[in-house]
Amino acid sequence: MEWVSEGYILSVRKHGETSAIIDVFTPDKGRHLGLVRGGVSRKSRPVLQPGNKVKLQWRGRLSEHLGSFTVEPLSARAAELMEDRLSLAGLNAMCAIARECLPEREPHPEVYDAFQILLMNLHDPDIWPALYVRWEAGLLTAMGYGLDLKSCAATGSNDNLTHVSPRSGRAVSASAAEPYKDKLLVLPLFLQGQPYVTPEDVKAGMVLTGYFLETRVQWGVNKTLPDSRARMIERLSTEGYSR
Amino acid sequence: MSSNISPEIERLISLLSKLPGLGPRSARRAALDLIKKRDGLMRPLASAMAEAADKISTCKICGNVDAQNPCHICRAGGRDQTIICVVQEVGDLWAMERAGAFRGQYHILGGTLSALDGIRPEDLNIASLIDRAKSEVVTEVILAMNATVDGQTTAHYITDHLETADVTISRLAHGVPVGGELDYLDDGTITAAMKSRRPF
Repeated sequence: MEWVSEGYILSVRKHGETSAIIDVFTPDKGRHLGLVRGGVSRKSRPVLQPGNKVKLQWRGRLSEHLGSFTVEPLSARAAELMEDRLSLAGLNAMCAIARECLPEREPHPEVYDAFQILLMNLHDPDIWPALYVRWEAGLLTAMGYGLDLKSCAATGSNDNLTHVSPRSGRAVSASAAEPYKDKLLVLPLFLQGQPYVTPEDVKAGMVLTGYFLETRVQWGVNKTLPDSRARMIERLSTEGYSR
Repeated sequence: MSSNISPEIERLISLLSKLPGLGPRSARRAALDLIKKRDGLMRPLASAMAEAADKISTCKICGNVDAQNPCHICRAGGRDQTIICVVQEVGDLWAMERAGAFRGQYHILGGTLSALDGIRPEDLNIASLIDRAKSEVVTEVILAMNATVDGQTTAHYITDHLETADVTISRLAHGVPVGGELDYLDDGTITAAMKSRRPF
């Protein structure tokens, strides 16, 4: 069995003394693991960094085997982002969420495309926090837990939607939300197509997608959200991009 | 393993094969060599290992391994007490000492933050570093972490937590290695070198 694709490195784990097992995110094979022989060598280490785009050739005797990758670098995004602590926090969080939440070997090209766009914009903190929230919302949709933000779950109206029900994942209008405000999650305006993003919106978005990722995706496999996501939110808050 | 090897030798081979760089086959060769050189190598090695196991401990100040506690670097009088160089592992400290480019104090973290391996800030020697940095003597902390995503994530985390300490924080330069030719460098190193360029 053999295939060729491209993808982003999500994580690298040393295997034995000279090899590494990498976790990559590809458009057509989804999240895929494989062995890289010589993966901890001086030559391979700069390539095998989370966030880097690589060309992959996978070989295995049977499709269900771990198999081995031959890796060639395509772009060294990790090195570009390492200097900036906020970008690096974003990179760590998105790689950890993709690794933890995406099932293995299940293609999700739309999540991949959004991942790629997010990664390309990680140097611009005015843009990427909202993109990140949208990417997580897309990830929830791909996992079958998409948020329904078109109309109010209680009244059916599509005006003035301000909250989301933590139970159904459906939007709730301001009037219907009023008595249950403390139990509902705030719906940021940018998730309804508004072009402006405030730090309050970013925080609300992170809480919203974080809640559903944790309760719907992670709890099912006895996990919580990765620490790197919490660290990214803390950093966004420290630098004033989330409030 | 063949049953006609005595259990003592088998145990020796099995333990040797656990060392880095040695597999079962090379462990067998090493064991045979040790047996052949029983007085010249095996006994001195056994006594050196026993002595090291008894005497070597982790320095309570910096985390280095040494027969003395505090270690010889922390006790050395001629070293600059105002600068702390933070490294990931003892091997990194040895590399710095080999280069002879630094004559200050060290602090060994014991690894890097890693979500994959479940290494959290409390698993590393970060709290003791912050305590050391807050002492009046220290004026600079050099973060000599690996130029990897995990290494730099840890460096940024430490920087955040050293904000309350009145110290200058610096890090090692990233870029073209001595003797390196641009044509043979990977894209990431060239990018890092370009970003870290300075007036010449």
